[in-house]
Amino acid sequence: MDVLLHLADGILAALAPINLGLAFLGVVIGLFVGAMPGLGSVNGVAILLPFTFVIQQITGTATSPMIFLAAIYYGAMYGGAISSITLGIPGASTAVATTFDGRPLALKGEAGRALVIAAVASFIGGTVANVVFTGAAPLLASVALKFGNPEIFALMLLAFATFVGLGGDDIPKTLISIFFGLIVSAIGFDIISGTPRLLLFDSTVWFSRGIQFLVLAIGVYGIGEMLWTINSYRYDMKMTEADITMKEVGLSILRFREAWKGTAIGSLLGFFVGILPAAGATPGSLMAYGVAKMVSKDKSKFGKGQPDGVAAPESANNSASTGAMLPMMTLGIPGSPTTAVLLAGMVIWGLQPGPRLFTDQPDFVWPLIGSFYVSNVIAVAVNLAFIPLFLWVLRMPFTILAPLIFVLSVVGIYAAYQNIYDVWLMLFFGIGAFLLRILDYPLAPAVLAIVLGPIAEPTLRQSLILSDGSLSIFFTRPIAGPITVVAIILILLPLFGLIRRKIKASGRGGLTV
Amino acid sequence: MRLAELVTATAIALLSVYLMWKSGEGPSWDPTAQRFANIGINIDGRGPGSGFWPFWLSAAMFLASLAVIFNWATRRSRPSRSDDQYLDAEGKKMLVQVGGGLFAFLGLIHFLGYYGAIFLFLIYSVYYIGRHKLRLTLAVSVAVPVFCFFFFDIAMRIVLPKGYLEPLFLPLYEIFY
Repeated sequence: MDVLLHLADGILAALAPINLGLAFLGVVIGLFVGAMPGLGSVNGVAILLPFTFVIQQITGTATSPMIFLAAIYYGAMYGGAISSITLGIPGASTAVATTFDGRPLALKGEAGRALVIAAVASFIGGTVANVVFTGAAPLLASVALKFGNPEIFALMLLAFATFVGLGGDDIPKTLISIFFGLIVSAIGFDIISGTPRLLLFDSTVWFSRGIQFLVLAIGVYGIGEMLWTINSYRYDMKMTEADITMKEVGLSILRFREAWKGTAIGSLLGFFVGILPAAGATPGSLMAYGVAKMVSKDKSKFGKGQPDGVAAPESANNSASTGAMLPMMTLGIPGSPTTAVLLAGMVIWGLQPGPRLFTDQPDFVWPLIGSFYVSNVIAVAVNLAFIPLFLWVLRMPFTILAPLIFVLSVVGIYAAYQNIYDVWLMLFFGIGAFLLRILDYPLAPAVLAIVLGPIAEPTLRQSLILSDGSLSIFFTRPIAGPITVVAIILILLPLFGLIRRKIKASGRGGLTV
Repeated sequence: MRLAELVTATAIALLSVYLMWKSGEGPSWDPTAQRFANIGINIDGRGPGSGFWPFWLSAAMFLASLAVIFNWATRRSRPSRSDDQYLDAEGKKMLVQVGGGLFAFLGLIHFLGYYGAIFLFLIYSVYYIGRHKLRLTLAVSVAVPVFCFFFFDIAMRIVLPKGYLEPLFLPLYEIFY
């Protein structure tokens, strides 16, 4: 009952004119960001984070900027489908699975129908996830209140371990990405002893202030990703073919029930995949597509324009985006790169993400949860109403959009820290990220690591002070122990896979790889 | 691609060694402090030293880069098996044009400030790289710095550097401040 009262209060606060306006603006920006190939929710949230400091100054609260960013996140999940369906190029990685059946529908002349299925499925996925989130978050937070330093460090270890075990990328490269992010977060001053450390090339001008999270995040997602997109598509991205009328949109809403099964699968599966660190909306949507196809009576229709094939990934990516907020808000562990940026934003705004957030900052938490419901309604309404308009805006040539994003990144970093050295560092990181990405180095773990580094190091060191330098503290405590063991199993998971493959290969008398 | 994989992994290994060396540095105000005295897990019963965390992370990064080199030697990773060029001629041209443009943009900020640099960067990107018409180029190149000025300098009171163009802004300050 308490939860419902808090939620009602939260929804009322989210409906305050300033918050409602920010949610609307965020959704519109998010839809555009999500729809534009090469940009995803994480790019939008990272590039616009510096601008939220201004929102915080104006409103005097951290709730409004968070509502703005969360609305961008939401909008981007809806928007990803637009270019996936109309152009066959996923607007974001979360909408890759949407192209499988969305694009064939568009090629059959039913782009409007596909876009409506995507929008309504996204709405249902988001709503289901919001309800589960509202129920689960306070419970998880109350459990997490029992956590001390060893437990928190064990959770950090688990977050990194999932990247290694479940991320699916090259393991040594994933590890390098994680270690690099953690080391970068340690540059500047030792937070416990106050000793300067890692002042690279003995330069106090560049490194004594440490390297701010946004410098790496915008470098990777603002500069690096854009360079990568330009290199991949050679500026050849324009949505000239798509043309949809409001009449088509209206008729398609009436036919939505044909996609109920995919929507139900995506809504539930997406949320639980979203909770897992390193998983997030992309694997959530791909898994939902796979399951929807698996349980379908007529699998052969998938890939040829099956409505369930659009509904499943779209409901899943929305549901997963809410799911990824659960560990971020209750445990202080982001479930995706976008939530890592949101987490960093909360820290910058003076909040301490984690279980205490629910007890210490209810005025922040509940309006934010309320805004999830409000943003979801705004997103589906804006999406359906403005699909024709978005398609018109998306005709903006990439040769104009890309320089605008570069300008926004360069201005945004300066506005955030008022230090030109940070802008140079961002450029170096961006070019480095582009060059590494060509060689399959995953970059999301580095962004996650620079966010979690300042939490992981003090909790590790304080735990070791507590245990007189013995690592056994992470194994002997009732909550930290199982979490650490699971983390170690996850880290070793790829090794088990390798051994299994070797045994299988030797059993067949074949060559081992 | 194969050579780039090896060069990158070797560079990361060397960077890791440098970071290990730097992590072991004692505080500058204590010349008697020995290098690597701060990397222990429990120094004088006061827990880990200031270099503990970055040193062991750098050591782990070094080992991971060796694993990348091992995968390269045994051709286990995709880039180590690939015969593709790391960056083809078009990619190199893009990097020089766009990356070079970004370096010039940041360099210009030191002389012309943000607004002058944004103007020139957009002219370069939209007209020279994007091959758009001059009218559209000028519209974008003027509108963006004007919007930025009113948003940051005037509305948000975040003053962006103006370099040698500062005197041009004095009349605007007179009006808006």
